[in-house]
Amino acid sequence: MILVRLLLQTVVLALGQIWANKTRAILTSLGIIIGVGSVTAVIASLTGLKQFVLEEFETFGAKTMFIDGQVPESMRNRISWRSVQLTIPEIRAIQEHAPAVERITPRYYNSYAIRNGELTKEGVLVMGIWPEWHEITDRHVILGRQFNRIDEEQMRYVCIVNDQAIEELNLDRDPVGDYLLIDDLRFLIVGVVETKQLSPMFGGGDVRSEVFTPLSTSMKMDSGLWIRDAFAQMADPKQADEAEEQIRFVLRKLRGLEPGQEDTFIIFATQQAIDQFNGLAAGMTAVAGGIVSISLLVGGIGIMNIMLVSVSERTREIGLRKAVGARPAIILMQFLVEAVTLCAVGGLIGLVIGQSLTLLLQNMPDTPLEHAEIPPWAIALAFAFSAAVGVIFGMFPAVKAARLDPIEALRHE
Amino acid sequence: MIRRAAKSPADAPAIEIRSLRKTYRMGVERVHALRGVDLTIQRNEFVAIMGPSGSGKSTLMNVLGCLDRPTAGAYRLNGRPVEKMGAGELASVRNVEIGFVFQTFELLPRASALKNVTLPLLYSRTGWLGARRAARRALERVGLGDRMHHRPNQLSGGQRQRVAVARALVTNPSILLADEPTGNLDSTTGEEIIALFNTLHEEGQTIVIVTHEEDVAGHAQRIVRLHDGRIRSDLPTPSDPIHRDWLERAAIKIKDMGAGSPSPALEAAS
Repeated sequence: MILVRLLLQTVVLALGQIWANKTRAILTSLGIIIGVGSVTAVIASLTGLKQFVLEEFETFGAKTMFIDGQVPESMRNRISWRSVQLTIPEIRAIQEHAPAVERITPRYYNSYAIRNGELTKEGVLVMGIWPEWHEITDRHVILGRQFNRIDEEQMRYVCIVNDQAIEELNLDRDPVGDYLLIDDLRFLIVGVVETKQLSPMFGGGDVRSEVFTPLSTSMKMDSGLWIRDAFAQMADPKQADEAEEQIRFVLRKLRGLEPGQEDTFIIFATQQAIDQFNGLAAGMTAVAGGIVSISLLVGGIGIMNIMLVSVSERTREIGLRKAVGARPAIILMQFLVEAVTLCAVGGLIGLVIGQSLTLLLQNMPDTPLEHAEIPPWAIALAFAFSAAVGVIFGMFPAVKAARLDPIEALRHE
Repeated sequence: MIRRAAKSPADAPAIEIRSLRKTYRMGVERVHALRGVDLTIQRNEFVAIMGPSGSGKSTLMNVLGCLDRPTAGAYRLNGRPVEKMGAGELASVRNVEIGFVFQTFELLPRASALKNVTLPLLYSRTGWLGARRAARRALERVGLGDRMHHRPNQLSGGQRQRVAVARALVTNPSILLADEPTGNLDSTTGEEIIALFNTLHEEGQTIVIVTHEEDVAGHAQRIVRLHDGRIRSDLPTPSDPIHRDWLERAAIKIKDMGAGSPSPALEAAS
């Protein structure tokens, strides 16, 4: 009770001291102000960057998974890449036995020369897909129709094109019903699919011409025995780990892998990549925090310096306080509280500056930082750190004050 | 935590010191500031301590005020031995038992008179409101009821010293210690302060002052003279030979000058 009252009085006293020496206090806590201001701005921009990257991931779909055959490092020379490629029965098995997987599509692709009348375009990507592909990649048919079961089963020569292909091959605005020559085979255009800008992170970038055929058709054209890879979609991004486990279970069982043997395939979930990126961002935040804490350290030395000046300036006052009955511990507390208050005020000003910088970053053109903001934990951290700096660097001057001999102190000029 | 020092049995003398020694070490040399002092001061006494500089009077004052600990000897303050107390305990003894008045006032320049007077109570158990009330009362007691919110630089020297006296009185100390309380004041204001001390003494306050001014010492009941760390004489004021001698010389001087009325100190003594 009495301690609380004393503490309160000490805080009031400390604020009074700081107010009496405003300029000095501001200059002294400049290190803290800059430190806190920059650390919060850095954290805010990292938060914004994270938000931006997560949104990029969203373009690929947080619920999307990618599956491909892969020879594990340790068996590189013992098994051929062919033996690990995914097959249609494997995809069917996943469809059936992995409940966390909502839909799945195999993919098969190759580049062909495509001709429309006199116009030939070399090296156009032709991709074989199942109709589920539209839903999984969120790219729906805007004209005409999707492939149907008959297209797939009968390996019909039908195709879907994107806007870019219409432009580059000089097709009709509504090309549904027209024909294209793919590798000298005549394909009926049944639909147009929207072009979606995928983040460069996922091989997006420049919009290219794309032509889609039923999976079976494209495999037949290439006499392909294996599919290239598969896209799957889960019902819920939270099920990423579950879906991965289920797919792994199914594939390992089908491939007869013994416990201890490595997977002969890879599964990539966007969610996991997001988790990885979050880890990376946390690391970057920590590094930035570490660098900025050096500035707080320098700020702390400034605080210590000015507190030492304050102690020697107020030697007589300390002597008087001791003479009228202040215990050494109280004097210690008084100076410690003053240092902490100084740092906390500096931290507050730093936060205001950090917030202004953040607002500036948000409105900077051509930067992915429009979502920059200071998270609450960073505010708490900044305050805790400046208070800690106050305690650590205020301790030495405070101990010096507490140890002053009252007689000597009162004689001090 | 601040503990209130227990008030001691009523019959014990206010101050009782026996063979008190204080030795300072200045480099390799030892300086004997006090070489065995015995002194008893009863409650409600008004004692002046005098002596040339280097006689040990400041050291004695510091020990009496519990600001310093003796090298050897015993010191009982209101019957309580204080010579072995630690820094924290001494601080609370200073807070509760002793009121200090300094030659240079030692007021906090930025604080009002009221705040200055409240200062010792910050370190006691008194609540905030109680402290304010006590401070007001102490300021009224020294006649500064109308100057409570003035800062030291808005007050005259005599008023500042009265604020300091109020600060010394605010905790109701058993002993008021004054170190050259008139040293920084002109003679008229000095007399004001001494008159205040007289009033306080009449009200029952135990007062010990250190001074080198004979007319100030003349107001005390008893003059203790120190020389070379020892007590040279300890006599009631009227029978103190040096003081009497000084009074006679002063009377002659005044007569020679043909000046008006002698000082109140002289009147009181004659």
